[in-house]
Amino acid sequence: MSHPVGAGPGARDPEVRRVVTGSLALSTAVGIFGFSFGVLAVGAGASVAQALVLSLAVFTGASQFSAMSVVGAGGSVVTAWAGAALLAVRNLVYGVAMAGPLREMGGGSLRRVVAAHFVIDETTGLALAERDPRLRRLAFWTTAVALFGLWNAGTVLGALVGTAVDPRAWGLDVAFPAAFVAMLPPHLRTRHGRWAAALGALICVVAIPLAPVGVPVILAVTAILVGVRP
Amino acid sequence: MTPLWWMILALAVTSYALKATGTLLVGSMRMPAPLERCIALIPAAVLSALVVKDALSDGRVLVLDERAVGIAVALVLVARRAPLVVVIAGAAAVTAGVRALGA
Repeated sequence: MSHPVGAGPGARDPEVRRVVTGSLALSTAVGIFGFSFGVLAVGAGASVAQALVLSLAVFTGASQFSAMSVVGAGGSVVTAWAGAALLAVRNLVYGVAMAGPLREMGGGSLRRVVAAHFVIDETTGLALAERDPRLRRLAFWTTAVALFGLWNAGTVLGALVGTAVDPRAWGLDVAFPAAFVAMLPPHLRTRHGRWAAALGALICVVAIPLAPVGVPVILAVTAILVGVRP
Repeated sequence: MTPLWWMILALAVTSYALKATGTLLVGSMRMPAPLERCIALIPAAVLSALVVKDALSDGRVLVLDERAVGIAVALVLVARRAPLVVVIAGAAAVTAGVRALGA
């Protein structure tokens, strides 16, 4: 990060301000989301340290939520891992999309090794929204740093609060599925997306009474085959 | 180490490996279009399956209880483009309320 935010003549550039403001606003929202993750993770059986390590080292929201949701329901750690890993596969696609831009951003291969950890929905979305390479680099790194910091701070606060409350009395068991509902709309914009969602839900309904905890969610992934034909 | 710690460690390694494969190895190579389309559909399929599992079952059998009311509230709030925090808080509050009335 050799181009610190807010330093030099760039700070007065309205384009720079627009990019930084956008990154910070999104990161703040994600920080609050991190708070919910912390509360839910300890409610599902994680310690404060485990919740924090998930946010620091896994650092991809939907997978973290999914893993703790399966653990909380009494599923095996293998099914918890498998479901979360499948959700993380989309980061591979983001990585492919970001490979070229990250190379253009410069800084050598060591910086790309670090940057890879931060290739997630938000950083990819905001970076690829910029055409100017300078603004693209700014968008990526501002979002990466602010979002990582606030996501982890939110997780710790949430985990500490979560250990102090009874999750069921506060209705927090519904917070997991409510968060998943809120994450869905961007994926329902296409016909394929809507079919995959409907089919995924249906497969889960059918499989729940038949398969061990966590497995129905993995079986639901077969719904993506609706995307084979254009 | 407990099983949960092992799961966290495995997930951390998997998560970084997936991010880095695209960023560092695959590079500018393009994936076949059908594969790319299918991968893009994973969140839609998995997230809706997770909603069913968490709101309409106890993991083993389908259950219709106060959580279904909470999820209905979440759906309405999402349809009205409410922020994520409002969706979570609204669904949790309604579920807790219905649960308290039923108890």
